[in-house]
Amino acid sequence: MTFYTETQTMQFKEVLPLESGASLGSYELAYETYGQLNESRSNAILICHALNASHHVAGEYLGQSNSKGWWDNMIGPGKPVDTNRFFVIGVNNLGSCFGSTGPMQINPATQKPYGADFPVVTVQDWVDAQEKLVTRLGIENLLAVMGGSLGGMQVLAWSMRYPKRLKHAIVIASAPNLTAENIAFNEVARRAIVTDPDFHGGHFYEHGVIPKRGLRIARMIGHITYLSDDVMNTRFGRQLRRASDLSDPDATQAQNYLYSTLDVEFQIESYLRYQGDKFAEYFDANTYLLITRALDYFDPAKNFGGNLSEAMRCIEAKFLVISFTTDWRFSPQRSQELVKALLDNHCQVSYVNIDAPHGHDAFLLEDPQYMSVVKSYFKHL
Amino acid sequence: MSQKRLEILGELIPKGSRVLDLGCGDGSFLKYLQTSRQCFGYGIELDDANVASCIERGVNVLQLNLEEGLKLFEDQSFDVVLQMDTLQHLRNAETMLKETARVGKMGLVTFPNFAHWPNRLSVLKGRMPVTKHLPYEWYDTPNIRVATFNDFQELAQKNNLRVSKAFGLVGERPISIFANFLASTAVFTLTSTLSTGEN
Repeated sequence: MTFYTETQTMQFKEVLPLESGASLGSYELAYETYGQLNESRSNAILICHALNASHHVAGEYLGQSNSKGWWDNMIGPGKPVDTNRFFVIGVNNLGSCFGSTGPMQINPATQKPYGADFPVVTVQDWVDAQEKLVTRLGIENLLAVMGGSLGGMQVLAWSMRYPKRLKHAIVIASAPNLTAENIAFNEVARRAIVTDPDFHGGHFYEHGVIPKRGLRIARMIGHITYLSDDVMNTRFGRQLRRASDLSDPDATQAQNYLYSTLDVEFQIESYLRYQGDKFAEYFDANTYLLITRALDYFDPAKNFGGNLSEAMRCIEAKFLVISFTTDWRFSPQRSQELVKALLDNHCQVSYVNIDAPHGHDAFLLEDPQYMSVVKSYFKHL
Repeated sequence: MSQKRLEILGELIPKGSRVLDLGCGDGSFLKYLQTSRQCFGYGIELDDANVASCIERGVNVLQLNLEEGLKLFEDQSFDVVLQMDTLQHLRNAETMLKETARVGKMGLVTFPNFAHWPNRLSVLKGRMPVTKHLPYEWYDTPNIRVATFNDFQELAQKNNLRVSKAFGLVGERPISIFANFLASTAVFTLTSTLSTGEN
């Protein structure tokens, strides 16, 4: 069942101190809500988004087809996170490019877009800003905070920073920090953007250009890491693009190579280019740099000599941790590190390792076991 | 598990214990321990349908493969480690007993007694037993470790576990005499000699 939603914006005049020592003088957060907040204000669930998503979690915008929220299969009336019972909040993080204060907005100090001058924000900063929004909405205690990937890191940060303000923490396809390999992928993506001649040190807006080449390549490499080898082989294998191009009169001969280093030869190339092009149309380059940096920096155990169990000692929330067997970017082992730290602290935790073929992307897809586990868990809330 | 069996086995677990249930199935025993014995605990289960049932029941479940050991768990971090009808499915049944002694102060182990008389009769007739308690054919059985009541006592001792109670179940009735012959299910409570400092 389709339902419609609208984006709202909340203004904050008070200063937000950031983890880096910098601060934001005033800021705006774009958000959406679904369902009704009950009288005792005890049915609120906050959804944290990952790298390229936004506050538009579920539902559609009136008059805009193909405008479904990024987690619409999970959240809505009758869905696993049932908006007939829960009041669900989606919020766009600071530094993002979908309505909250970020590099594309005007810097009050210079009256020009922030661009590269937007302060480096961390997962902790996002969670602090989310807390302000939740409080302003009149909610003292969240029933649950839920997120996948980078969103899962925010859930974790919530449970450590505001341990008394949430009852349940649902952490999906996430990790207690990034591995060197994972940081390496982020760095390749960032270098692609930064070395694009249209980047102009992050101040490309005033030049009227967008570093699209860099964004495309960043997205291509990201996309490869979100899929599994098996799924890529099943979907694309070694298929040649010409074989599927009906407008090509020579398509029947498509079993022959083009013997070209520049043309699109294989289907997978065509797919990655398409994903890259699409992404470069809507995503901000500075936001990409900021968000991947926030991912790299996240490491709650850092101030505890690398001891995650110590770092998580303050946790009071009950946890549901979910991983996917074929996810190699945020592997099940990483989720199990989290589970171990929770066990060490005698926290309530369930851990489910979903056998899905789709790699990291699986957390956004509709696997029956995944959906049923989340649905059952939320029934008890 | 029948209500009667839940009660008989539940009695063996001290009230308020921290419990780890290895191969917890649909979580019904853990749920019983939580509600009737005020226990706190986690189940470990591999099967998807069982994991979903545990979540549905509101029982803490961890989807892990027991064959990989209990590396997420610290030494002596639980009052009781349960292995209810789990042992017979494990390739590393012995390692898991060692792990039970390492992680728990006490163990409760149940398994189908292969020396139960109908099984003996069947083997005497020249066929592997197919019964209510061992309902599989030899070629498709998940029970890859078939043991007898007497076999187990020996193995437990070898793995830092002292038998404190041993009895059999005939249907829902506990028996302690001739259990190796009469009981379809063997039940053991064990004390980890690592927790008592014995060796």
